[in-house]
Amino acid sequence: MKKLLSFKWLLTLLLVVITGYFYSKDGVITSSVVSTALIFGLPLALAAMVGIMCERTGIVNIGIEGTLLFSAFVGFFTASATDSDFYGVVAAVIAGTASGVLLAFMSISWKMDQIIAGTIINILATGLTSFLYKQGHTAPTTSEIDIPWLSKIPFFGQVLFMHGPIVYIGLVLIFVLYVALFHTSWGLRSRAVGEHPGSADTAGVSVFKLRYLNVSIAGAVGGLAGAYLSLELVGSWDRGFTAGKGFTALALMIFGRWNPMGALAAAMFFGLTQAVTNQLMFSQIVKIPDQFVNMLPYILTIVVLAISAGKVRPPAAEGQQYEKEQA
Amino acid sequence: MAGKKFSRTWLTPVVAVLVAFAIGAILIYIQGADPLKAYQSLFSHAFGSWSGIAKTLGKATPLVLSGLAVTIGLRAGLFNIGVQGQLVMGAFAAAWAGYFIHGLPIYIHLPVALFFGVAFGAGIGLIAGALKAYRGIHEVITTIMLNSIILALVDYLAGHVFQEPGQILARTPHILPSATIPKIFSMPSGFFFAILLAYGVWWVFQRTTSGFRLETVGRNKSAAWYAGISVKRSVLIAMAVGGGIAGLGGGIESLGVIGRFEPTFNTGLGFDGITIALLGRANPLGVIPGAILIGGMRGAAASMQFDAGVAPEIVDLILALVLFCVTAPFLAKWLKSTEVGAKISSGWGN
Repeated sequence: MKKLLSFKWLLTLLLVVITGYFYSKDGVITSSVVSTALIFGLPLALAAMVGIMCERTGIVNIGIEGTLLFSAFVGFFTASATDSDFYGVVAAVIAGTASGVLLAFMSISWKMDQIIAGTIINILATGLTSFLYKQGHTAPTTSEIDIPWLSKIPFFGQVLFMHGPIVYIGLVLIFVLYVALFHTSWGLRSRAVGEHPGSADTAGVSVFKLRYLNVSIAGAVGGLAGAYLSLELVGSWDRGFTAGKGFTALALMIFGRWNPMGALAAAMFFGLTQAVTNQLMFSQIVKIPDQFVNMLPYILTIVVLAISAGKVRPPAAEGQQYEKEQA
Repeated sequence: MAGKKFSRTWLTPVVAVLVAFAIGAILIYIQGADPLKAYQSLFSHAFGSWSGIAKTLGKATPLVLSGLAVTIGLRAGLFNIGVQGQLVMGAFAAAWAGYFIHGLPIYIHLPVALFFGVAFGAGIGLIAGALKAYRGIHEVITTIMLNSIILALVDYLAGHVFQEPGQILARTPHILPSATIPKIFSMPSGFFFAILLAYGVWWVFQRTTSGFRLETVGRNKSAAWYAGISVKRSVLIAMAVGGGIAGLGGGIESLGVIGRFEPTFNTGLGFDGITIALLGRANPLGVIPGAILIGGMRGAAASMQFDAGVAPEIVDLILALVLFCVTAPFLAKWLKSTEVGAKISSGWGN
């Protein structure tokens, strides 16, 4: 553990030094690359939070991809119909919550195989959105909010304080989740349910209720991530435009050891690789075919999993049905 | 198989399909179209004429094979959702061998080209299998990632390296006549081959030790381990064989239907395979009716749009509802039907 900790700090230090070096060479481009890393990394981080919230209470959620696609769809078309980005985001969060409730219903009440339940969410979201999709709509997107004073700080101002509203909400949410998971009684109970539901039940925690609650809230977080994709990052919706982000998020969750901070760091690293690749392509320093650039996150996902596999331990009761003992 | 048991096993899938069509009808109605007209058009185009049936069976061929690939995984306790990538890789490799290798007679060239499809599909399956067996990475993530990687890879290969000369589209040259699968009485002969293969897989699971081993691993890994069955080997075999069958499906599609490789074709076949496998109750023979039904719907969707003004994506939605109804326990409970034989393991652990 100690060895890994020092490795982590060494890596952070290395990244800081490299960033500092490039910043001294070209401040404008470096700030914009790091800022883009946050923009690309945030949806992955939020989606990873969905996975963490579910799995910490023992429910496997491979339906995140479907939640993102569906909520992004609902958000975009609500914003388009009401001409309000705010209503769009609200609708996306509601849609995400609905998908969370459906997953909870299938995996907790119906005791279905959770992998199949998640797959159903993915396929159902794809089918429903493909059928209802109408081309040629536009929607108002969320606009950038520059935080007064803070956005004037060199480098950090552009990287952290010149973003759309969902970036700020998302980042705060991730920190709140981290604190809640490890420093509140809700977090302790949730983790207990994910590790040993029998004991938690004996101690008076309602396993079903807590699982329902957490999977539904996780759905809402997924809805926010979906809203971010269609209303802040891309500004439109297209069939299958989530491009496997929900699955990559699961890999980041595992790589980050089911810890919000770990997953956030992993997501930012992913965002950074994408931002750097984009910059290299844009400035024509390297010429890589588009297809290989597109492949990068998927290959990285597999590599990341191959590295972390065997070294991490998932919540013990994950994927198992809980049956209350009969008196 | 006794009559009563038979009806109990197959009642749920049949009712699931009917319920999905009923919900689909409501959605079509809400959209302002006539559901009866839409379904009538769909089924008359799919099954109402010899040419329609030929088209349906042609569409059903890769679906039988992708359904089989998913079924083999389910039997061995694996959820292979990477059939799409395995199939596309096979489709590309078979098409490549079909146009690149010259001067062979058809009875050598055609099997060689199909073998390329099988081998490349199996190779992709094996990557996910090896990552699962040796690194413990869940196949659901690796196969999904491989799907995207392969999609980009074949797009590059067909668009740059092996592109048809003078062509703007990303596609390979047309395959040679010596690699083209001949038609029997204007019916796609690949279909009959796929049926034979389904029987073969059924026989392996029903009658051989290898099949029994895979199934034991699928039902209980620790029990299999105690019995001296290598779980790793079973995972590798199931993924390689599944990938190979998917690759064959892609190969038949390239050599018998499309005549070249073009990345915009063969989309979605792998995901239909999941629906077909679960609709068929993870039974190798059960994939045949599902594949014919879905092949027919896929083939006739465009005509239905023309006749009834319903978006062809209604088929995607109906299939998603079929999957939901066939796996959700409420129907099975209501019909007092038997559960699916094999259960796949949940969770990321082994």
